[in-house]
Amino acid sequence: MAKTVAEINQKIRQGKAVVLTAEEMIDYVDKNGEAKAAADVDVVTTGTFGPMCSSSVYINIGHTRPRMKLSGTAYLNEVPAYCGFAAVDLILGATSLPDDDPRNKKHPGEFLYGGGHVIQELAAGQDIHLSATAYGTDCYPRKKLDTSINIKSINDAVLFNPRNAYQNYNVAVNSSDKTIYTYLGTLKSNFGNANYCSAGQLSPLLNDPMYITTGIGTRIFLGGGEGYIAWQGTQHNPMTDRNTRDLPTEGAGTLAVIGDLKQMRPDWLVGVSLYGYGASLAVGIGIPIPILNEEMARYTAVKDEDIVAPIIDYSDAYPKGKSTILGHVSYAELKSGCIHFMDRQIPTASLSSYSKAVEIAETLKLWIQKKRFYLSEPVQPLPGPNSGAQKKSMKKTK
Amino acid sequence: MISKRIVLKFPNTMVNQPIVYNLSKQFNLEFNILKASVTPREEGLLVLGLKGRERDFQKGLDYLKRKGIRVQPLSQDIIRNEDKCTHCGVCVTICPTDALTVDMKTRKIIFTNENCIACEHCVPACPPRAMEIHY
Repeated sequence: MAKTVAEINQKIRQGKAVVLTAEEMIDYVDKNGEAKAAADVDVVTTGTFGPMCSSSVYINIGHTRPRMKLSGTAYLNEVPAYCGFAAVDLILGATSLPDDDPRNKKHPGEFLYGGGHVIQELAAGQDIHLSATAYGTDCYPRKKLDTSINIKSINDAVLFNPRNAYQNYNVAVNSSDKTIYTYLGTLKSNFGNANYCSAGQLSPLLNDPMYITTGIGTRIFLGGGEGYIAWQGTQHNPMTDRNTRDLPTEGAGTLAVIGDLKQMRPDWLVGVSLYGYGASLAVGIGIPIPILNEEMARYTAVKDEDIVAPIIDYSDAYPKGKSTILGHVSYAELKSGCIHFMDRQIPTASLSSYSKAVEIAETLKLWIQKKRFYLSEPVQPLPGPNSGAQKKSMKKTK
Repeated sequence: MISKRIVLKFPNTMVNQPIVYNLSKQFNLEFNILKASVTPREEGLLVLGLKGRERDFQKGLDYLKRKGIRVQPLSQDIIRNEDKCTHCGVCVTICPTDALTVDMKTRKIIFTNENCIACEHCVPACPPRAMEIHY
C-alpha cells in the first residue's frame, strides 16, 4: 500500500518515522528486498558537498541616512557585487573577483579571494566592508557609502543558487602534453589523472533520478540550515541518455535552491580557490526522499557501481565545445582510486567530499528523527525526461 | 641507516661554499636536493634529503651547525589546516609521494607528514587552501 508524504510527516510527529541514509538503504534493500524496504522505511536522506559556482547571496542592507540608491559600483570586501535592483538590494556571485586580482595574467592564477569567500565570511558573522556609489536622486540624495555590514544587522541575506546539485557530471582527463588547470582541478598531461565530482550513491538527484518526489518547493538541507528548491537549475537537462535504472549517463538535472543565510553555517558554505580557473563556493546540500512505494525503494538503493560517468578530454574536445565522450566509467571504479582506461591505470581524485556528503545525510536524518525537519511535497514537478526540456549550446556566433 | 629530510638556512656569507659536497664527501651521506633557492643578497634555503649511518648523519649535522647554518627537520614544514580541509581528495593525485591518501573506509584524506617531500604542489591545488607552508 503506497504511503503519502502527509502520512510520513505524521509518523515524524509521533517520533515513529524510520529514516535511513542512502548508504544504509543500500544494505537494507540488499538484505530485505524492495517490497519490505518500501513498507518499513519512511525517508531516505541524501547529501552532497562540492564546488557549485552558480551560487550567490542577495542582501538588503537597510536604508542609510540620508537615503541612497545603490546605482554605481558596489563592493563587498573589495569584491564587486551587482546593485541593479531596488535602492538597497544587491547580489554577490560566488565567482566574482576583486578588480585588482591578476586572474590568469601569470597563468595559472591563484584566485585566492572572491565572492564565495565573502559569502562564507558573511555566514560566519564577520563584518564585511561595503563601499558603494550612486548617481543620486531627489529622494535618494546620497552618492557615496563606505561602511561595514554584518549578517546580524542587515535586513535580508538570502542564499540563492541558480544551479546546484548536478545530477551526475563529467570525468575530466587531459590528453595533451602539458598540465592544464580547470574547474575539475589540475589535470596532468597524457592522461596522468582523472578527476570527477559527484557524491555518487549519496547524491540527491541520483537517488530520485526521474524527479518523482523532488521538485519545486521541496524542503532541503542547505548550507547547514533549511532551504528549498526554487526552480529547476540552469542547464537542467532531463533528456540525457539513461540506463536501465533510469540513471543518466552524463550530467542531467540541476536545481536552483534558496534559503535564509542567517540560519546557515560557514562549515557548509566554503569559499574555494580553483587553481588556474577562479574562485567559487563549495555548498552542502541534502535532500530527503519519502519512500512512497517500491519504485522509490529501488531508486534509493542505487549503488556507486550502477552509476556511470562520461570521460571527457578537457584539453581538447571540452574547450572546443565538442561533445565527444571517450568512454564511461562507474563511480565504484572511480572511487577505487584508479580506473582502467585506454590500456592504462589512471589515478583518480574527487572534487566532491564524500565524507561531508555522509555527514549531511546523517545530519538530515537526525533532524527528522528529532522532529526538527518535516518533508514537503513539491508544488510543481521539475521538467522530466518526457517534458521536452533540453539543454542546448549557443547557435554559432562570430 | 637513517633517512631524513632537513631544511638548511644559510647566511649570505655561506652561499659560495660547497656545503652539500662536503656533507657527501666528508660524512659519506647520500643526498637528494629537493629544493634550492639561493640569492646572493638574501639568505639561502636548501631542502635536502640525506641518507647514511646514524653516526655519520649526526656528524654531518654538527658540521652544519659549526658553519653557522640553521638546520630544522622538514616534517614540520608543510602542515594541513584541519579546520579548512573539506576532505574532497583533489590533492591525492597531485601528491608525488604517498603523503596524501584516501582512507577507503571513511573517505577522509590522510596526511602522512613523514612521506612529504615539501614539493608544495598540493598548496595551490587545494580548493579551500588547507595546505600551508611553514618554513
